Amino acid sequence: MITLQCPLPLRDYPNIVMGHGGGGKLSHDLVQHLFAPAFDNALLAPLNDQAVFAVEGARLAFTTDSFVVKPIFFPGSDIGALAVNGTVNDLAMSGARPIYLSAGFILEEGFALDDLTRVVYSMAEAAKRAGVQIITGDTKVVEEGHGDGIYINTAGIGIAPNGVNIAAANARAGDAIILSGAIGLHGIAILSQREGLRFDSEIVSDCAPLHDLVAAMLAVTQDIHTLRDPTRGGIASALNEIAEAAKIGIEIDERAIAVPRDVASACEMLGLDPFYVANEGKLIAFAPSEIAPRVVAALRAHPLGRDAAIIGRAVTAHPGMVVARTSIGATRVVDMMIGEQLPRIC
Amino acid sequence: MKSLDAYRDEVQVRAVFDQLARVITREWTLMEVCGGQTHSIMRFGIDQLLPKQIDLVHGPGCPVCVTPLELIDKALVIAARPNVIFTSFGDMLRVPGSTTDLFQVKARGGDVRILYSPLDALRIARDNPSKQVVFFGVGFETTAPANGMAVFQAKREALKNFSMLVSHVRVPPAITALMSDPANRVQAFLAAGHVCAVMGYWEYEPLAAQFRVPMIVTGFEPLDIANGILAAVRQLEQGRVEVENAYPRAVTREGNQPAQALIAQVFEVCDRKWRGIGEIPQSGWRLRDEFREYDAEQRFDVGSLHVNESPLCISGLVLQGRKKPNECVAFGKQCTPAKPLGATMVSSEGACAAYYRYARHTFAVVG
Ligand code: SF4
Repeated sequence: MITLQCPLPLRDYPNIVMGHGGGGKLSHDLVQHLFAPAFDNALLAPLNDQAVFAVEGARLAFTTDSFVVKPIFFPGSDIGALAVNGTVNDLAMSGARPIYLSAGFILEEGFALDDLTRVVYSMAEAAKRAGVQIITGDTKVVEEGHGDGIYINTAGIGIAPNGVNIAAANARAGDAIILSGAIGLHGIAILSQREGLRFDSEIVSDCAPLHDLVAAMLAVTQDIHTLRDPTRGGIASALNEIAEAAKIGIEIDERAIAVPRDVASACEMLGLDPFYVANEGKLIAFAPSEIAPRVVAALRAHPLGRDAAIIGRAVTAHPGMVVARTSIGATRVVDMMIGEQLPRIC
Repeated sequence: MKSLDAYRDEVQVRAVFDQLARVITREWTLMEVCGGQTHSIMRFGIDQLLPKQIDLVHGPGCPVCVTPLELIDKALVIAARPNVIFTSFGDMLRVPGSTTDLFQVKARGGDVRILYSPLDALRIARDNPSKQVVFFGVGFETTAPANGMAVFQAKREALKNFSMLVSHVRVPPAITALMSDPANRVQAFLAAGHVCAVMGYWEYEPLAAQFRVPMIVTGFEPLDIANGILAAVRQLEQGRVEVENAYPRAVTREGNQPAQALIAQVFEVCDRKWRGIGEIPQSGWRLRDEFREYDAEQRFDVGSLHVNESPLCISGLVLQGRKKPNECVAFGKQCTPAKPLGATMVSSEGACAAYYRYARHTFAVVG
């Protein structure tokens, strides 16, 4: 007989709703109250984006992710490159160097072979760019109407250097919080395609592999405490997860966070908060404040980290809560998103 | 137009509040009518910078919050029907009805879709001739022109499978109701800039005179709100009562007249119930007789529904500025955005949601 340790938040939803996959509080509840207690083990318990474990002397990092993005081709990237980079980045966020990936395809009857070809070659190119090999895979086909053309699952293995111990729970009060660049590009690029919205200039996804950036930071110091790539749920959800896992408070300065003008006006128009919009090529790092400026310098020397900046610090006050200094110099809570962000009414 | 950043600049906002501190001599209670302004105030922490003598109370201007429970329950029944595609702006999906919400109807197989424009519902109707497409038309004067246009267009195309569940509300009768209430504390209003962009502010002039209450047309950025508050306090301190436009970059006295004409062509004024507040005479719009065939309430007979509001929820008092969200016993305890008891905790313009999302570090609430 399976019992739920803390069934309350789940009982409120007798069925899965879209928000359970949105990367916000509902996703988090599902993992914390269903998957984690059921699968109960020490490697899963920290709920990092990957597990790191030793096998005969080597420290391996292991992760998996599924990609169900619509539309499958969007400005700046596509589902194939996303499936490679997403998994590469989940490995990189433990400090590991990614080496091998698997690829599982769930295809819907009727899906165009031309589109599949484009996706697969895009994956191959992304793998080459990231220096990983796709060494095993699987293909299934579902009947028409039972899928969205194509879903891709990728799993990955990497090697974590000795002496590096990076995890959400390792963030410490006093750490500087570093963001590698401007936010919101991926989410708005997808939304602009999906909703047929037109902006002055095309907003292009930031989809990119981040392991090089991580290597650049580790070359400066091995003392990086926490890394996260703020994908679904945006930087707000990532920071909330870290605050909760490490039992620290987080203070950020809104003015230090770069939001491209087009992203800001798209968000304004749709009533969305850019802090919750997905990114696919950015990372957040927690490092001791003394070395943070050197880490930022190393990031800025890399093309993917040109706009890196210190955006705040970890504190002992208000553990588990993220508080932002607003543009007019007051403060506000930066909440964890509940489900999916919804466009406003007027 | 200046870029938005200029209206969010700390130095400029503080300069306005410095002037305010020099002008103010006593306590004043101001109400911002619009939930969008409530969110700006909490989102940017404007309330933290205000002189202590100013009590900002929040008004009934959130369309999601005031949509009556009966209508939400009707929406839930219609959306669950097999042959229906139910469309709405996103916020409405999470609002609790008596037993469930539209998200859960969707999860159980209902075809519920989020739209950005009511005209998209017409496209869906054209593409799905065998289905009935329903649009949940909520909102104040701001959304009425676009919603009216959708119905107008549907009639012109003689679309037989489109209808609208109408819950349109109007600001001026709500102000009359608030000011006529003996419990009223409001001494000046910040009128909603978006509403005035459509309707102008000529409608407010008789109200300001009748109730001797200054009304300042106010925008949504921190600098707009600061300027609106300063203008209101100046009038109060000087004993003036005027309708003043502090949002001239978007609002004129006459407003958008083609939009007003379209509203008048499609809708007529009616009495309407506001969730938590009750019926306010003349405070709504319904479709005119010529368009009645597009009224979802006419097209779908959902029988009689028994509505069931949470006994803890005081959102009606919150919407009338009589209580602050953190004065509700359920706030942040039984009621959070993940488990809302009332619509004001759900809507992106709801006052309870604004307090919880942005300002709970300033109250002793465990979330
Ligand atoms: S906190 Fe919740 S229960 Fe209380 S008034 Fe607001 S919505 Fe209603």
